[in-house]
Amino acid sequence: FQENEITEALWEELEETLIMGDVGVATTMELVERTRDRVEREGIKSTRDAYLVLKQEMVRLLESDEPLHIDEPRILTVVLVVGVNGSGKTTTIGKMAHYYKQRGRKVVLGAADTFRAAAIDQLKIWAERAGVDVIAHEPGADPGAVVYDAIRASQESRKADLLIVDTAGRLQTKFNLMKELEKIRGVASKLVHRAPHEVLLVLDASTGQNAISQAKSFKESAGVTGIVLTKLDGTSKGGAVLSIKRELGVPVRFVGTGEKLEDFALFDPVAFVEGLLGDS
Amino acid sequence: MFESLSDKLQAVFDKLASKGKLSESDVNTALREVRLALLEADVNFKVVKEFIDRIRARAVGAEVMNSLTPAQQVVKIVHEELIELLGKPVPLDLSGPPPHVIMLVGLQGAGKTTMAAKLALRLRKSGQRPLLVAADIYRPAAIQQLEILGKQIDVPVHSEGTDVPAATIAKNAVRLAREKAYTTVILDTAGRLQIDEQMMQELEQVRMVTRPAEILLVVDAMTGQEAVHVAEGFNQRVPLTGLIMTKIDGDARGGAALSVRYVTGVPIKFLGTGEKLADLEPFQPDRLASRILGM
Ligand SMILES: Nc1nc2c(ncn2[C@@H]2O[C@H](COP(=O)(O)OP(=O)(O)OP(=O)(O)O)[C@@H](O)[C@H]2O)c(=O)[nH]1
Ligand SMILES: Nc1nc2c(ncn2[C@@H]2O[C@H](COP(=O)(O)OP(=O)(O)OP(=O)(O)O)[C@@H](O)[C@H]2O)c(=O)[nH]1
Ligand SMILES: [K+]
Ligand SMILES: [Mg+2]
Ligand SMILES: [Mg+2]
Repeated sequence: FQENEITEALWEELEETLIMGDVGVATTMELVERTRDRVEREGIKSTRDAYLVLKQEMVRLLESDEPLHIDEPRILTVVLVVGVNGSGKTTTIGKMAHYYKQRGRKVVLGAADTFRAAAIDQLKIWAERAGVDVIAHEPGADPGAVVYDAIRASQESRKADLLIVDTAGRLQTKFNLMKELEKIRGVASKLVHRAPHEVLLVLDASTGQNAISQAKSFKESAGVTGIVLTKLDGTSKGGAVLSIKRELGVPVRFVGTGEKLEDFALFDPVAFVEGLLGDS
Repeated sequence: MFESLSDKLQAVFDKLASKGKLSESDVNTALREVRLALLEADVNFKVVKEFIDRIRARAVGAEVMNSLTPAQQVVKIVHEELIELLGKPVPLDLSGPPPHVIMLVGLQGAGKTTMAAKLALRLRKSGQRPLLVAADIYRPAAIQQLEILGKQIDVPVHSEGTDVPAATIAKNAVRLAREKAYTTVILDTAGRLQIDEQMMQELEQVRMVTRPAEILLVVDAMTGQEAVHVAEGFNQRVPLTGLIMTKIDGDARGGAALSVRYVTGVPIKFLGTGEKLADLEPFQPDRLASRILGM
């Protein structure tokens, strides 16, 4: 016989943990509700098991059956990287180039952020660190033209099988800048069958509820297929991705955990959820 | 997209209207909507709790309970209290003998480098002679970025490459400012996590050798619940004199401003309203309060 440890205070504590992890109120309520139902149904009496149930529900929400299209065999895979200002796009691309190069891919980077001061120089430094080529134009050039050249070069002179395109940061409310992403997509799809094959939204883990608005808008304009959650080495938990998955079905694919070349990994839902819930 | 707080509160009170005079529990129901609105705006959970306790006292008073328009009354109280908490706008402190050192600190990608140039432009226009300093020796192309921005606004940039410690660069810049009669020295420091011991030590060293008149924490308007810990972390190591919130040209509600202000007590000084170097506004409490409430 086991004494029931589960009290109202436990549910309040779980709510607090989730909200403080930026999960958002609606998703928090739903997760706690589901956990309570299961605890009741399964006759669970210990706090530890209640946590286990919550963990399972969170992991289940985050898991995705959709394959990552970068890993499929293809003559040239094109990945478009998008996101708001300063989220970590350029850095992520450097790390990602290294990650795939190590896995035997021939990687080229496209410098389609022609707007931000020194964005091209920054990408070039990352390319050098990763040991991959960059296709770049002058600052101020048309991003569509950069993408065009980058694809051509990948197909011809560089014989690359993975092209990763950096784009300028933009807030999702800027209509013209969001339109520009549609144009870039258009260029890619004309030159390569079904390109871009992945469109990754780079999301800063310290972002709060605005993350959902970002995911919604970038999904609409740029056809986002996955998320890279950066800066997870900080104290923020990045819980907004649970709301994004619940509301929009967009999965997290990779995480960024620092500013070095190796600080990049495939997303692991279990590790992520454990980080969010802490040592509880 | 957001149903405004007023509408939500109206709906709450409409449901209660039949019962006649409002009870304390009616007001508490309404305050739950306020709590929700603040959490959706990314105000920190604990700050929300204390804020709600603070306005409960007023909300259960006669102002609301006897009012014919209780929804408006609650919104008015919440709005007023938010304005009170956000505090008054405070200008940059440029008293004392020049050169005045302004040091920008914050997490990676918050908008420090851009803000350094924005402040330089503003100061130059007000008759100061600013000098920008590239004290970020880590981020790839950080120096080039600042040099490009400096050129755009015709403000000189002091840099010494990436092999000299940030504190040395900063110290040399202050000396140069004295020699060349620059009146303000704006230090662009590298982005860092508040838990990165080595990088926080660097900030302490920069502060020690430059004695800044202003140490400004640059916070992204999209920041979530952790804003309080970030701000506390920086404030403990380098005592902050002000906050700047960037990227408010988007649709983020900016509740982090309230949280940060609440835990540090330092004034909010400016808002970054775009990527262009003229996109800088002094902070206005009433506008920020309305924004946080989604009004
Ligand atoms: N700690 C930490 N910092 C990161 C991580 N990823 C990126 N950064 C830092 O975040 C800052 C912004 O990164 P960028 O790669 O320039 O971001 P971006 O999205 O390309 O920025 P824009 O092009 O200006 O929109 C830099 O200082 C990076 O070093 C991460 O995973 N952890
Ligand atoms: N929309 C908008 N973008 C901004 C604003 N302020 C800065 N940015 C953009 O945000 C991104 C990051 O800005 P930076 O000034 O490089 O940020 P930082 O804090 O110096 O970054 P690190 O040095 O890497 O830590 C750039 O793309 C800027 O153009 C703003 O107020 N609004
Ligand atoms: K950010
Ligand atoms: Mg970039
Ligand atoms: Mg910078």
